Amino acid sequence: MEIIAKSLTKIYDGKYKALDTVDLDINLNGIFSIIGKNGAGKTTLIRILSTQLMPTSGTAILNGHDILREAGKVREEIAAVPQEARAVPWLTPIQTVTSYLMWRGYTFSKAKQMGLDALRSMGLENLENQKNRKLSGGQKRKLMVATVIASEASIIFLDEPTTGLDYISRKELWEILRKLKKDRLIILTTHYLEEAEVLGDLITILDKGKIMDSGTIGDLRSKIKYPFVLKVYSPQFDIEMKNGRISRVSDNEFFIYGSESEIYSLVQDMINRKVRFTVEEVSLSNIFENLVGGGEED
Amino acid sequence: MKRIKRSVYSQVTASILVNSIYAMMNYPVLLINTLLAPLSLLAVVTFASHGRLLPVAAEGALIMNMVQSGTSLQGDLSHLKNDMRLQDMIVSSPTPAMIYIFGMAISEIVYSIPTLTLLIILNLLFVKTTIIGGMVIFFDMATIFTFSISLGFLLSTFSSDIIQSWAFSGILSPILTTLPPVYYPISYIPYPYRYLSYLSPTTYAAEIAQNSTGFANLGVENYAISWLILIGITVLLTYLALRRSRWREV
Repeated sequence: MEIIAKSLTKIYDGKYKALDTVDLDINLNGIFSIIGKNGAGKTTLIRILSTQLMPTSGTAILNGHDILREAGKVREEIAAVPQEARAVPWLTPIQTVTSYLMWRGYTFSKAKQMGLDALRSMGLENLENQKNRKLSGGQKRKLMVATVIASEASIIFLDEPTTGLDYISRKELWEILRKLKKDRLIILTTHYLEEAEVLGDLITILDKGKIMDSGTIGDLRSKIKYPFVLKVYSPQFDIEMKNGRISRVSDNEFFIYGSESEIYSLVQDMINRKVRFTVEEVSLSNIFENLVGGGEED
Repeated sequence: MKRIKRSVYSQVTASILVNSIYAMMNYPVLLINTLLAPLSLLAVVTFASHGRLLPVAAEGALIMNMVQSGTSLQGDLSHLKNDMRLQDMIVSSPTPAMIYIFGMAISEIVYSIPTLTLLIILNLLFVKTTIIGGMVIFFDMATIFTFSISLGFLLSTFSSDIIQSWAFSGILSPILTTLPPVYYPISYIPYPYRYLSYLSPTTYAAEIAQNSTGFANLGVENYAISWLILIGITVLLTYLALRRSRWREV
């Protein structure tokens, strides 16, 4: 599955630039995570790529079809769940999925069969005839995802699908997305950096409408100055570093960022001091903070 | 990618199922809602005229029912677009805008089947016309239905939430059905106010219907002009709805 974006720009009301000459070149069966602060342009990008919104300039090619000139062909291959999509309250889960598939052109019986399979894969099979309004928040989000994964679409856009879900429900959804990514491209925006790190085969960091960086988590780590972190759990700590950064996280906690060799040279010192410590590769949060500034955005 | 043979029939049926069949099964009160507006005005006009205007009002109720489909459509589309974000999901799917709207329009007719049945019975009982007159009324109603559906779709694309769409409904209903001479003959409106009524396309639809049943005598020239204006406005609005509406937002 392939997405190529060429200088995508979106300016709202002639003044607010939501996307600024965004270029993408993705060839992937897997999950492409887009992260960024609120207002970074994630939803605008996903809405343009899924043909819901016109760009001000630039274009994109999805599986060989131009989103501007061949929107019809693009729409044959995509499915999207918008950020604020809600399950129609008077429908049941099976009616929701079946009707969506019928809109995509499947016959009622075929749509119903595909719908039952999708609900089963999301663990919603016992709720298929329950009214949507009686489902929990997590079940409703799962239902929206089931609706699009039931289809034949090879590129699926999920705009913040796990927002508002508790940790367990989020992890359940992660498992499902992992299974689904084998033969599709799932484009996922999220404001949970952990989610992007765990799920994303490719990650793009957006800030103020511009792509700050893209790549696998390994690629992103390799580009930053201090890819390792030594976490020291001690109230008192003094150390001199030639090249690195020390950050006091709490009264009893220090984080020391540095290169692999520098961090490991400190390890012996920690053992000698009999201080409790851990060594880790930096997380996506650290990379995000490094590139964009500030921590997790919400 | 595996090529799917897509059925337009399924695409239209999906709109009907979601917007009318399943909704009615859940909220039967919706049937009373669609029934009440045309019948209440019909009752008022009939009682106030001591039954004399019952045939005109029965035709008027049919027109109101058609217009109501359009106002309901804009409310339903707005709700599904703004509150459910369903329209965005449909935009990012192989469903063409026209098929979606056509299905939604038909769903509004399905909603009004009980009302339509009752009104057709009333018209058959109290309105005397020829077969040709009956066909003229049918085409007249089909045209005003197309007009109202196009207007409803166009407005839905401009409304940003359901509150705004309720406001549109509140405006459309009186200016298209209550004020114009839909339930009563135009001769009841004194000059110069009569000219104002010609600003509403429903006035032409009502005159055509009344002409077909002998409650108005338009003459060949005025009859042709009424049809021309009604069809012209409908074609213009349909064109605007199809071409200028925001299926993909800008």
